[in-house]
Amino acid sequence: MHIRAGLMAAALAAAVASTVPATADNPKSGGTLTYMIPADAPPSLDGRRETTFATVHSAAPFYSVLVRVDPNNPASTTDFVCDLCTAMPQPTDDGKTYTFKIRDHVKFHDGSPLAAADVAASWNAIIHPPEGVTSARESYFVMLDKVEAPDPATVVFRLKFATNAFLPALADPFAWIYKKEILDKDPHWYEKNILGSGPFRFAGLETGQSIKGARNPDYYVEGLPYLDGFTAIYADKQAVRVDAIRADRGAMEFRGLPPSSRDQLVKELGDKIVVQESDWNCVNLVTPNHKKKPFDDARVRRALTLAVDNWHGAPALAKIANVRTVGGIVFPGSPLAATKEELQTIAGFWPDIEKSRTEAKRLLKEAGAEGLKFELMNRNVDQPYKYVATWLIDEWSKVGLQVTQRVLPTGPFFEGLRNGTFDVTVDFNCQAVVNPLLDVGKFLPRSVYTENYGNYDDQKEIDLYQSLLHETDAAKQRALMREFEKYVLDTEAHMFMTPWWYRIIPYRSYVKGWKISPSHYLNQDLATIWLDK
Amino acid sequence: MTIVAPNSRAISAIIDDAPEIRRSILLRAWIFCRRQPLGTFGMLIVVITAIAGLSAEWIAPYNPTANDFAAMTEAPSWAHWLGTDQFGRDQLSRIIFGARTALIVGFSCAIVASVAGMVLGVGSAYFGGRLDLYLQGVLDVVMAFPLIIMALAVVSIFGTGVHNVIVAITIPLIPRCARVLRASALAIREVPYIDAARACGFGHNRIILRHMVPNVMAPFLIMLTAFVGQAILAEASLSYLGLGVQEPVPAWGLMLQGGAEEYASTAPWIAIFPGLAIALTVFGFSLFGDALRDALDPKLRDR
Amino acid sequence: MYRYIIKRLLLVIPTLVGAAALVFLLMRLIPGDICVVRLGSGGGTFDERAVQACHAQLGLDRPIFLQFVDFVWGFFRGDFGISMWSGKPVLYEIAARFPVSLEIAIMAVVIANLIAIPLGTISALKQNSPIDLAIRVFSIAGLATPSFWLGILFILAILDFSQAAFGSPWMPPIDYVPIWQDPLRNLSMVIFPALTVGYRTSAVTMRMTRSAMLEVLREDYIRTARAKGLVEHIIINRHALKNALLPVVTLMGIEAAFLIGGLVVTEQVFNLNGIGRLFVQSVQNQDYTMTQALVMLVVAAFVLTNTVVDLVYAWLDPRIRYG
Repeated sequence: MHIRAGLMAAALAAAVASTVPATADNPKSGGTLTYMIPADAPPSLDGRRETTFATVHSAAPFYSVLVRVDPNNPASTTDFVCDLCTAMPQPTDDGKTYTFKIRDHVKFHDGSPLAAADVAASWNAIIHPPEGVTSARESYFVMLDKVEAPDPATVVFRLKFATNAFLPALADPFAWIYKKEILDKDPHWYEKNILGSGPFRFAGLETGQSIKGARNPDYYVEGLPYLDGFTAIYADKQAVRVDAIRADRGAMEFRGLPPSSRDQLVKELGDKIVVQESDWNCVNLVTPNHKKKPFDDARVRRALTLAVDNWHGAPALAKIANVRTVGGIVFPGSPLAATKEELQTIAGFWPDIEKSRTEAKRLLKEAGAEGLKFELMNRNVDQPYKYVATWLIDEWSKVGLQVTQRVLPTGPFFEGLRNGTFDVTVDFNCQAVVNPLLDVGKFLPRSVYTENYGNYDDQKEIDLYQSLLHETDAAKQRALMREFEKYVLDTEAHMFMTPWWYRIIPYRSYVKGWKISPSHYLNQDLATIWLDK
Repeated sequence: MTIVAPNSRAISAIIDDAPEIRRSILLRAWIFCRRQPLGTFGMLIVVITAIAGLSAEWIAPYNPTANDFAAMTEAPSWAHWLGTDQFGRDQLSRIIFGARTALIVGFSCAIVASVAGMVLGVGSAYFGGRLDLYLQGVLDVVMAFPLIIMALAVVSIFGTGVHNVIVAITIPLIPRCARVLRASALAIREVPYIDAARACGFGHNRIILRHMVPNVMAPFLIMLTAFVGQAILAEASLSYLGLGVQEPVPAWGLMLQGGAEEYASTAPWIAIFPGLAIALTVFGFSLFGDALRDALDPKLRDR
Repeated sequence: MYRYIIKRLLLVIPTLVGAAALVFLLMRLIPGDICVVRLGSGGGTFDERAVQACHAQLGLDRPIFLQFVDFVWGFFRGDFGISMWSGKPVLYEIAARFPVSLEIAIMAVVIANLIAIPLGTISALKQNSPIDLAIRVFSIAGLATPSFWLGILFILAILDFSQAAFGSPWMPPIDYVPIWQDPLRNLSMVIFPALTVGYRTSAVTMRMTRSAMLEVLREDYIRTARAKGLVEHIIINRHALKNALLPVVTLMGIEAAFLIGGLVVTEQVFNLNGIGRLFVQSVQNQDYTMTQALVMLVVAAFVLTNTVVDLVYAWLDPRIRYG
């Protein structure tokens, strides 16, 4: 549950009741939620080390964070609320200092109190991990200098420069608050153990099989959680998850199912099923290898993007794959995203596909790459990688390009990406919190952003991005974003977009109190969920 | 009985030209069909599959890799006899072209594996001693080695594609054949006429090729036909795990992966027909192999 | 003969070392890096330094030769090391999943033999009759059908049938409980994969039983027993079956090893947390220690079984002499 400003604390009970979403029933306490996690087993349950959603789905209910996306309005990309803090602060010191006040009466599951020192220690471990400890998101927080706890109820974040990319980064769903005492004694303790302050207590893990949690009676939000406990079952196979929902062996899964499963479940279960859908902060990209001829020629790259009919392809793909919305480099729901009219000026989004393809053929001819044959590298995942790739190959054949697909299992796929042993590859960009300023970093050359696999250098692009990142005026920032977008997708065509992913969650209708968000990492602590049975 | 001095030509005359009842090929085939109705049925399936594979371009109604987003997951109808899959591709065409992939994989693996197995098995049995011991050790390791690692290694290092799948499947099959043929060869090796041949000074090659190999022909042919079926099944399993042939090559195992399970409830024809194709083809080869063994095994004949 | 036995047993050790070298090499030839997979498959950004730290923690930055020696020496000591994916001891991960696979394997073999031996015997007794034909078709179908396809159809059939019959679909539980905790739930989960895997095993055993019985029934001593006027079922049970079952029993030993292959795909289909699934996962994640340990266990079991079978064959059939 989110907490509004300190003044409303007195009316807390009323606030809780009035902000329960959707059905206007009174939440019932009790019951155990059984859900499925679409993975075999997460590597570990340490939020600092891992980047997989399986870790979040397994362990988020056990922990608290400082701030987060509003669980009542998770689709919003600008609405951040407090979990452990009491109020969202205004930045001081020219936007370089954020001071948070921590709630009192928060306890870890072993009874010890949680204070600002624990928050500061957890955050320092993320941004400056000690020797030998992995922090996967260190580079997210380039703007952060240090975190201090001057007194037991205050945490101060000092930035190196002001940017409105900070708050969304702070709301990272992996930034669980650990106990300082344990971190000091053994920095690796949390890799194998769980101790948090969240709405549920750890109640057992059967490796590869399931993880269980039980209600935390000392949770700092009155009345929550409603559930007595939860059981999360690891089920990697999609057919198993769909069948389980159908037969009520599990109520739901929190990642997303394809349209065919949704249609099937709706047809078979009628009103026993509810479906929530949302745009997803994940997208597949196409990255040509700039070190391989002829993809060093911007004309060839532009031809690749001009050949693809996004506007007609997206609705067709939406019927079989988890994609839907045609968009630019920014998540479609964000204020920084391009409008349809703005998109249509960029290559790959022209409204007239014939004109677009003619231009593509002309460019190919000019560059001497007519009838080019190449290999598209792809990852061995069905949804939506393989569907998107099959569609792309079909589209490219319409301008005379002959493309074959090379599908690799995950390990060799990453190796291929990092070593640049491909012609053109299907790439991806999947972020937790919608943070356009950081998310578009993916398009920057590898010298700046290590997960860029295009093998190119472009100082002009980097300069453009820097001015974008440091700009504080909203209107000017939006204009700069448009400029950046056109440069990346059209002028240089370094990489280009396919339709954004689409998240579909069908679940049994007795589950209430959960709202879908654009990311499968968000809103996973289950505190507001209750069962109507 | 008088003892005749060993004369190599006389002995080879006895060994090589044993009398045989000569029957015309057609008459023997007819007797085979009458005696083995199941075997004939199996042979029919094999022949149909072979024809489908060889003449795929002419008999398939559609291009097997052409997407048709307007006709996705359509039930079997007059336009698409076996329905369409989630990309709108015609199932019947994909199954016909899949027959080609299946037979290429099946026969290549079977032939290479059984010939290699014969060389290793008969050689090992004939020469015996330390060669036999070490070879058995190596073959044990390869045979025990799980197919999936071999397949993943080959596929990851050398890439996907039919030829790499063939390599991945053939390697574990070789020791199986070698073992069986070695056992048969061992039994023959001890028979007196082999010793007699050695005593006459016949070379290794001659003895192996003219005396041992013909006598392991029966189990060799049986292994060969069995391997075709096993190779097709292995390819299906590998494709199911994502390690076999890749999109958009039409292959039965690949058709059963991913999309088939996803649509199993709403569009069951996507999952049923490729599986049926695999089962029927392997069924046919097994029946044929069985009948072959019954025909070749003198102890079970004439009853 | 005894020299052969000693030599054969001694050969087991270099065989295992050879297998260890093979799996070690193959895993490292496969391109990919477990640290990158761990950090990158989420799709977000990660730090090169995180990758280096991960390498150091897993010991992947040590010289290859040292890693190999560690592995082989550990194997012979019984210490399989730590899983690179989960950070927990390999034996712990295997032990957690072993009961599931073992239970399915045992049930599959029991079911297979319960079906196969009677059917194979009947088939042999009534050779070339319609019953024989039907049984042979049944057994060959078992060999020809891909087991995962059968599993998929099985689940589909259960769901549709239960929906039609009871109004709401039923499926076996997707989380495992040990048999002593809740026998009914456990069995309802295990029976279907056991049937799927068992069908294939029963096919092989059925055919072997049939052909072994056919051979035995032609033996002279059976003819004599019939001439003596012995009741048919005594002939079958006391004389024929015992001799026929000898090759069948040795076959069961080998088939048990092949069960593992069937388990790998079946566990995927039925979402069972068993060794097969662990194996697929660890190969795909490039968890070297886990994969090496699993392969070594499988190879060791196989090599030992084969050695025993070889020795038994030599003992049974005096014609076979080993050089």
